[in-house]
Amino acid sequence: MANTDATTLDDGPALLIPGMGEEGETLVVKQAAGQQSETEEVKFGTSRADRATSFNLADFPVLTGEEEDWRFTPLHRLAGLHLPDGDDALLTGVEPKVSVTEHEGVTIETVGRDDTRLGSFMVPDDRTSAAAWASFTEATVITVADNLEIDSPITVSVEGNSTDPAAQHIYVAVGANAHVNLVINQTGKATVSQNIEFAVGEGANVNVTSIQAWDDETVHVGSQQASLGKDSTFKHVVITYGGSLVRLTPITRFAGEGATTNMYGLYFADAGQHLEHRIFIDHSTNNCTSDALYKGALQGKGARTVWVGDVLIRGNTSGTDSYEKNENLLLSEGAQADSIPNLEIETGIIDSGGHASSVGRFDEQQLFYLMARGIPEPLARKLIVRGFLNEIIQKIGIEEVETAVTEVMEDEIADLEL
Amino acid sequence: MSTLEIKDLHVSIDTEQGEVEILKGVSLTINSGETHAIMGPNGSGKSTLAQAIAGHPAYNVTSGTVLLDGEDVLEMEVDERAQAGLFLAMQYPVEVPGVSMTNFLRTAKTALDGEAPTIRTWAKDVREAMENLEMDQTFATRNVNEGFSGGEKKRAEILQLELFKPKFAILDETDSGLDIDALRVVSDGVNRAQENNGMGSLLITHYTRILRYIKPDFVHVFVDGKIVDSGGAELADRLEDEGYVNYEKTEATA
Repeated sequence: MANTDATTLDDGPALLIPGMGEEGETLVVKQAAGQQSETEEVKFGTSRADRATSFNLADFPVLTGEEEDWRFTPLHRLAGLHLPDGDDALLTGVEPKVSVTEHEGVTIETVGRDDTRLGSFMVPDDRTSAAAWASFTEATVITVADNLEIDSPITVSVEGNSTDPAAQHIYVAVGANAHVNLVINQTGKATVSQNIEFAVGEGANVNVTSIQAWDDETVHVGSQQASLGKDSTFKHVVITYGGSLVRLTPITRFAGEGATTNMYGLYFADAGQHLEHRIFIDHSTNNCTSDALYKGALQGKGARTVWVGDVLIRGNTSGTDSYEKNENLLLSEGAQADSIPNLEIETGIIDSGGHASSVGRFDEQQLFYLMARGIPEPLARKLIVRGFLNEIIQKIGIEEVETAVTEVMEDEIADLEL
Repeated sequence: MSTLEIKDLHVSIDTEQGEVEILKGVSLTINSGETHAIMGPNGSGKSTLAQAIAGHPAYNVTSGTVLLDGEDVLEMEVDERAQAGLFLAMQYPVEVPGVSMTNFLRTAKTALDGEAPTIRTWAKDVREAMENLEMDQTFATRNVNEGFSGGEKKRAEILQLELFKPKFAILDETDSGLDIDALRVVSDGVNRAQENNGMGSLLITHYTRILRYIKPDFVHVFVDGKIVDSGGAELADRLEDEGYVNYEKTEATA
């Protein structure tokens, strides 16, 4: 993946300070890459804009683990979902069973892979996603009629019952000006690479919560890609706590101006779990707003989480308002969290942009404050963890789901050795 | 009738340059119903006294005792000190994200009393206490100190003071950052706690302004980690006129 467009800035202004451009570090990286590219090939794209996207598996070479987007993932634990033996094999296992609650105005179909709607709003951007695209045989298509407003959530149950490597495709299209809540509940045992695409119609308001509550042995890699119509609002909340390895790559793209995305996530990793979330928000058009907040708690030996937040504000846009933040709470020794916010700003014409990231243990000041009010230390610690997690749970906005997730987190906290 | 006795308290903190002694022998006895004002210049160790009594882990007590009705406070954990009846109104109240005031207040009250408060009377107590402090009822649903203004944080501290009914309160620069209206509201709260519960208090301040609203029985001048002078309310007036200069000079030449 050579950095092919890295020379476009060669006519730009001279650097004011070595290593720092007028509009941020990323530009300088690109400029430097551009200068280099005459003599040597740049190994990885220095901008998220350069990441390959393709429906063709062969466009993503067999993984070595050194790729920028795979360097934190233990490939040997992917159970073959990345097709390590080449491009001829496919994911042929039985995929998790999908069932969807019925609502007036919501159409549910099972279609073959030749259905022309599939792939309209997503393009695989890594090898596992391309492997799923190459492999799936049938897809679930959920279509929400224009102007439909329903309070009760459309619940998509994804229930695994096999650990043979499998591929899955789900397509969700929400009509113009519709207001819906959608909950994806992923449970059971599975080894699955999954593509979910969301087409959000103009002026629609879509609230998605995707809950990964898999059994212990499950390996799940999932791409969830949304394309937002003009003036639409898309909230995407990820709750991940079950499974041996879960690697999700939620992506929001803006197909029209004036849209808003809120991408939130909560992960709770216990001993031995690898939970990885890589979000991408692609500000390719004007006056769009994004807010991303992911929080993680880790406890136990070998609990491992990775968060990467790619936000790209392209050079041809104006009026962008973007903020991303990731916070991690280490609850015991032997847990490891990586947190990498990548904010790339290619234009000076933004309303605001920012990022923040932290990995830490208990805040001793918070602990002292609560204890100074008579609250014993174990309870004070639980309150702090609960509060930390609550910030995301409160964003789900569907009461029964918030209650259910709260109960799950209470169970996780109950096990804490604080 | 309760007594808080501080005897020859020495406290140090760890710095990059090694251990530094901040309190150099503080002795003070406070009885129920009494208000003691501690006044002194910046950096004299007033807040250290407050934090050390409350048990903040950053402060090492190297010698001396603190007794509450004869019980050794320094042997107690931070939460046990609060349960024994000590309350520290903090200079910088801490934000606790995701924990609502309602949940926090009820959890603390339950821990302090050893049993959960009766739901109906508790809700009423909280509502009334908030009204008295001119706090909007939406405070109850907000997270502890999160996004509160300076004045709101101080009101929230006094709200707890009134609801938790401690035997002794240490008010660490509660007056700083308050406008005149907020100062009156907060002072009224402290006075109510004193009248209703016979609370004794240790009022730490730079300024005499708050002493117009909360009348001290005793005023202590605190310089360089020690009490260097004590007197009645009139001492505060003298400090207002003369400042701490005379005391600091004495220290320097001593």
